[in-house]
Order: sequence, then C-alpha cells, then structure tokens
Amino acid sequence: MKIIVPIKQVPETGNVKMDTETGTIIRDGSESIINPLDLYAIETAIELKEKHGGSVTAISMGPPAAEKALREAVAMGCDEAVLITDRKFAGSDTWATSYTLSAAIKKIGPFDFIVAGERATDGDTGQVGPNLAAALNLPMATFIRTIDVVKEASAIQVERLVEEGYEQLELPLPALVTVVKEIAYPRLPTLRGKQRAKKMELLRWGADDLDLDVTKIGLKGSPTRVVKIVSPRVTREGSRVEVKNEETLEKAVEELLTFLNERGFLAEHKRLTEGEKGA
Amino acid sequence: MHKQALWTVAELEGAHLRDTSFEIIARGRRLADKLGVPLISIAIGSGIEEVELQRLIHHGADSVAAVDTGALQGYQTETYSNVLTSLIERYEPQIVLAAATVNGRSLLPHVAMRLRAGLTADCTELDIEEETGNLLQTRPAIGGNILATIKTPEARPQMATVRPRSTLPLPEDPKRRGEIERIPFEAQWHDRRVKKLGMKENTVEQLNIQAAEIIVAGGRGMKKKENFSLLEKLAAELGGVIGASREAVDRAWISYPHQVGLSGKTVVPALYIAVGISGAIQHLAGMKTAGEIVAINRDPQAPILEIADFAVVGDLFQVLPRLIARLREERQL
Repeated sequence: MKIIVPIKQVPETGNVKMDTETGTIIRDGSESIINPLDLYAIETAIELKEKHGGSVTAISMGPPAAEKALREAVAMGCDEAVLITDRKFAGSDTWATSYTLSAAIKKIGPFDFIVAGERATDGDTGQVGPNLAAALNLPMATFIRTIDVVKEASAIQVERLVEEGYEQLELPLPALVTVVKEIAYPRLPTLRGKQRAKKMELLRWGADDLDLDVTKIGLKGSPTRVVKIVSPRVTREGSRVEVKNEETLEKAVEELLTFLNERGFLAEHKRLTEGEKGA
Repeated sequence: MHKQALWTVAELEGAHLRDTSFEIIARGRRLADKLGVPLISIAIGSGIEEVELQRLIHHGADSVAAVDTGALQGYQTETYSNVLTSLIERYEPQIVLAAATVNGRSLLPHVAMRLRAGLTADCTELDIEEETGNLLQTRPAIGGNILATIKTPEARPQMATVRPRSTLPLPEDPKRRGEIERIPFEAQWHDRRVKKLGMKENTVEQLNIQAAEIIVAGGRGMKKKENFSLLEKLAAELGGVIGASREAVDRAWISYPHQVGLSGKTVVPALYIAVGISGAIQHLAGMKTAGEIVAINRDPQAPILEIADFAVVGDLFQVLPRLIARLREERQL
C-alpha cells in the first residue's frame, strides 16, 4: 500500500510573538515544528504501513527550511520525503498550494491513500485536504477518527466526526482522508529513525520539475489576497474577586451569581425552577 | 434565477434546517443590501417540506432554490459538490456563504477548488469594500493571535465559511414572501463512490459543544476524572454542557469531542465558564470570542483571568460546591 502524507511546517504557536505596532509575527527565535495535527496523519499512515505493508511518502511545500519537518517525518518512520520548494511558489494561498501539491502528487505516481491532518495550526483553514481531493478527483472523508482497510485492500471503512456523532462511511481506494487527533497517538522518532533521516536524500522539486500552469502558482495564481492583519485586543476589562477566607468566598459567590443573573444566564435555571413548582 | 446574487448554503439535519442556515442569512442580508442584490438561500437535501423552506425566507432570504431528491439523503461531499458546483456555474452568484460546520468546511473547499474560486475559512466578520464592492472577509489565524482580512479581487464567486454562532439569526417574520424554486436533480451529479454505512449518534455525555449556549469547561486544575462531576452539577444547574482543555482530554478525564482549543473545537457560547484552566494560548484560541467569560482559577497570574469578564481567584474546590449549593437554594425559593 502506498500512502502519501502532505505535511506543513508551522511556527510553534505557543511561542508566537506579535509585533503590536505592525501586526505581524515576529519570526526571529520562534521554533518551527511539524503542524501538530499532521503528526496524527503521519502516525496513521505508518500504522497502516506496518499492518498492510507498503510505504509512506511525506510531502511538504514550503521554504527550503521545511526540510527539517520532512526529516522529522522520516525519523518517525516515513520512507520517502519530497520537498516542493521554489521562489515562484511564494505567496500561495490554499488554492494555489493545493494546485501545486496536486501536481507533485501526480508526479509521485500511483498511490492508495492520501492521509492529511484536519488543518494546520497556523492558517487554521482546513482547506487543503478537501482541495486536494477535488483536484485529484479522489473520494474523500474528512475528520475521521478510525480507519479500517477492507475488501482485500480495495476499500476503507472510516468513522467521521460530525456534530451529532460519528458517520460510518466506506470509500473505494485510492481515497483521501483527513484525520482528527482521536485516531492515533503519534510516536516519537527513534534513534535509528533519526540517523536514517539525517542521511536520507530528499527529493526536491521546483516549478520546472512539475507539470504546472504557471498562471496558477504563487501569489499571482492565488485567488485570495490578505489585505490587512491586526492583533486583536485580548484582554477584557472584567471584574475580579479574590477568595481568601470564608467571608470572601461568600462575597465572591454572591457577586458571581449577580453577574450571571444580570446577564440572563439564570433564566434557564429559573425555568427549571418553575417547571418543578408546576409539577 | 438572478445572476450576481448572494447565496447562502443552508444546512440540513435530516429534513430539518440547522440554525446555522439562518445565521448565515443574517450575515448575508447586510451584505446583499449593501450591494443591492438578492439573497438566495440554496437548500440541498431530501424530503425538505415547503414550510421548512419558507422559514429561510421568513429569516431574511429573498428566495430559495432547492435541489431535493432521494440521492441527496444525508450530506455526501462528492454529490453535493457536483450539485453546488453546477449551480454556481449555471447561475453565477458573486458571493457564496456557508456555515463553517464540519460539512461546510468539507464542501466549500471542494467546490472552490473546482471553480478556482477564492475561499476564506471560518470568518468572524464580513463586509463589503466601498470602492470595489469586493467581499472583505476577516478571520482569526495563528491561534487567534491575529485577525486577517482577506479579499478575492478577481476570481468569482467569492466564497467564505462563517464561524457558527458568531452572529444571531434575524427575527422570524412570517409575513415575508419569496419564491421557492425547485431545481431538478441531474443524474450525472450522483457520485456513488462513498457509501454511508451508518451513524453513531452522540450520547448525552457527548453533546455537540459547538451548539451550546453555556459551556462549563475544566482543565488541569480539576486534578482528577471524578472531579468532573462538580462541573456536571454546575452545568446541570445552568443548562450547559461540559467542555475541557487539552490537558484534561490528554489525561483521559473526558473524551476528545469535549476539547476546546486549537487542536479541539472553536466555540462561541453566550457563556463560557473556565474552571481550573490556566488559559494557554491554544485554549484561548478556541473560546475567546465567547459572549461572556467567567474564570475560576487559583493562580492570580493565570492568563485566562485576563480575558475573563468575571474572574474568581480562588480554589475551585471551595468555589464550585458553594456556587452549586447557592444555585440549588435559589431554585428552592
């Protein structure tokens, strides 16, 4: 079974610092990591390979430094890694990114599966997975939490997380899925994996290596434009009470009740009350 | 059907409309009025009754276009994408909005890719640019650290998914009238590749936290699984549901569907009560647009207290039992 995992390198969100003057991200000193939600896709792919044989190819589009994320994926157990990098791709939105990635995936050749994370923690759009399914005309299931290979490896059965519960779906292969974190526990890279990752030759493809319409790549090929970025004000000017002893405890709870009541949140509570009185 | 219109894509659960269908009409109404174009609500599904479609008009749509047939029973990306893509190609709306629900966030990117349209995910503000008439789409990114405003200068349609519960539906006006057009389903739209085998409904314990008005959420400060019963009692008093931080979910105190934050769900309840949650940036990203935030935390430095409308600095194991007891007392009066 040949599995492709598209991954993204993202800044570690916990450490992101904003320049409040310009509203831009201060990149200096912020660590770049594999998108945490992609780790579940990598783990899922490796587990499928261990169970059913085959290989896992990690693919990432980004600056040359995204090589680090790919090597980490190899250290976890991916067999091959492809870096899609070219100045011509700079400024790509999700459409142009997906278009470029789909061209690269076509170049990789026949595969059984694409397993993607549900979204990246920086852009947080979750669009590239469905975009790729559309671009490659693959049947798709998003937000899945289980996956079983069935019918002599010609299909998969999955559980898809929806608002009301879990939908059970069957997809013929090849197919694309996006996974939620319930699906697996990502493993840590092994020492052997790290050594292999260090030595491995990555495939590096630029715009000229792919069969692309150049009017559809990079900033120029992107339908959307970012026109403004601001840092929202995070603090609210709320009231604060401190509990130190019995007296302040009582005061705090009474003030909280008043707060909830004034804003109408005890209405449901009262409705319950009246219901009981009526009964 | 009018070209250059603004479309909202309604979402159904069975044959019934979800509330998000009305929220996006409320969003779209302002924009359509600014542009002076009709707002058409698109309903795709099976067995949708006329009275149900009328509700879209009562909530602010000018007209409704419905594609309704057995093959559209239950959401299914490929077939729904064929329907929506074909309708957009045929009737050329300038703007298409859908709710950023699980299905909205699956369907719209699929359609946008095929149409080469611009799509912005999970918007919290929408406006029209005066000079150009372009849609201005604002959304949080980088864990809510920034708000980015995005537009699609040339490609059409301009598409966006809108964060559920980030706006209220317009009040229902039963006197509003509008046309309901039934568009025939075309056999070639039916994509049979993905089969639906069944559905596991949520148990009560796993209520859909994104639809909840009130969320009572616990974090590491809850100390152990058993202590979540305190949150359950409080939630029961207020008519709320249980949320949790990643720390609580990773410790298996509660299941993943309850997780709020960057690697869980983004919620916009009217009231969010954070108990024993310090407020890591990843958690704040998932709840900081809640209407009112109450935080109970022992650590006066906890970041959650900074974004709270009402902050209690104190031991939750003292505060919660007292609060629950007082709510019960109030109920007895």
